Amino acid sequence: MDVTATEAPALTGAASGMPPTTDLTGQPGPADLTGLTGLSGLLLLADSRLPAGGHAHSGGAEEACRTGAISGPEDLARFLRGRLATAGRVAAALAWSACAAAHVPKFPDTEVPDIRAADSGDPTSTGPAGAADAADKWRLLDAEADARIASPAQRLASRTQGRLLVRTAKRIWPSRALEELARDVPDGAHHPIALGVAARAAGCTPAQAAMAAAYTSVTGAATAAVRLLGLDPVTVHRVLADLPYDSVIAEQHDWSALPAHAAPALDLLAEQHLRTEVRLFVS
Amino acid sequence: MTKALVRARAILRTGLDDRGRTRVETMRSDPPITLRQTAPGEVHLVSTGAGPLGGDRLRLDVEVAEGTSLTVRSIASTLVLPGTGRSLMEIHVYVASGGSLVFAPEPTVLAAACDHRMTTAITLEPDASLFWREEIVFGRHGERPGRCHSRFDATFAGRPLLRQEFVVGDPDADGSPAVFGTARCVGSTLITAASKEAEVAEGVAVLPLAGPGTLVSALAADAVELRNRLSWGESRVSV
Repeated sequence: MDVTATEAPALTGAASGMPPTTDLTGQPGPADLTGLTGLSGLLLLADSRLPAGGHAHSGGAEEACRTGAISGPEDLARFLRGRLATAGRVAAALAWSACAAAHVPKFPDTEVPDIRAADSGDPTSTGPAGAADAADKWRLLDAEADARIASPAQRLASRTQGRLLVRTAKRIWPSRALEELARDVPDGAHHPIALGVAARAAGCTPAQAAMAAAYTSVTGAATAAVRLLGLDPVTVHRVLADLPYDSVIAEQHDWSALPAHAAPALDLLAEQHLRTEVRLFVS
Repeated sequence: MTKALVRARAILRTGLDDRGRTRVETMRSDPPITLRQTAPGEVHLVSTGAGPLGGDRLRLDVEVAEGTSLTVRSIASTLVLPGTGRSLMEIHVYVASGGSLVFAPEPTVLAAACDHRMTTAITLEPDASLFWREEIVFGRHGERPGRCHSRFDATFAGRPLLRQEFVVGDPDADGSPAVFGTARCVGSTLITAASKEAEVAEGVAVLPLAGPGTLVSALAADAVELRNRLSWGESRVSV
């Protein structure tokens, strides 16, 4: 099934120049002979220069530096590995799911989180009621993100960044998917969901969306630590290069079963950070 | 190790007696999970066997009927031991509308070289109330823990309330200042009561969830400190 062909014809900017080469599963289609599908979108989205406010967030690194939990490159490496394995893994799964579901009128069969499961076996499954109202899907994925972010400070930071990203991405890659997301989650979608939909608008596959989410889950913290502690940027980039991004990315189908790896220390750092008087970063 | 692998499924169900009080309707023990009623509406888990050991598959089903209240505690902490393969402890919980469950067993202690999986799936109907405390201790004194992967899923009125996983024994997360830091224990208490704002103290946070509930989340050096921190957090939530 060809998704990009269902794009509203008026939106000439959307995925311009991008051949309709991805199907719903994110597998490159036959036109993708060079493996380039989605790569330009991925580069733009993962770039820290994307004007979407990401630079204002340290992902808990500022507070960890202040309390001494991070004091050098070794601590930072452990911080980033843990962040990637928890928050990064969850963000990647949400971004994958959002990208796969973006501007698809109905869920493909394999991705319907079926609410009927609640009556037949798995009581914790949730899903859109029968007809799968398109507006419900974003509220549903949004609720799944909410249930995985226990800290209100982190939920706020996630929504703030998501809202800014949607606002920016709507102008860069005008598309029905981003308009729908902005309409259906008016308080601001969680950042990984915004990232997944923006990635779809930019022509990326779900795997690329997940990679962008995994990558941005650690780069902001790394850059913040460089600035706060005066660390050698090359050493820190070596740390970033060594991180196992692939290990936190997996194909996702059932939204209720998405990874939910918690990071209690990040929760504590996020809440403490809000109560710290002198702050360089928003989170 | 030549111990036979254990398969056990214990079941606990409440109902109302003819005077409208909670009655423990079903209490099916299945060793090593043995259930003992210790007071009206209160049941203790008594472990009648070592472990779980690697390879064991244990399951507990708890169903709290409409308008009834149940408290589940345990006599002692659970020591997870290695064996042949992975051990599994799954808990399935249903709390009907107007039902109330307090689940506060002693901690799960991960012995060296264990390989443990814990899953908890909780379905809460509208107006159900829950107090659920979970504590994991990374090894006995001076011991490095084996591996443990826990997953907790709670839905309230058909919507996800809290989903969280902990992985202990993962080199990428162990000792990370982002995950457990220098702590030797992790614990959390989910309470279906709203708290107005988040609070934070040394090693513990009171976190109002997006849904109708509050999570008290704590890290500590030992089990006593963990319990103290959780208790402080729990006391900040008005039930």
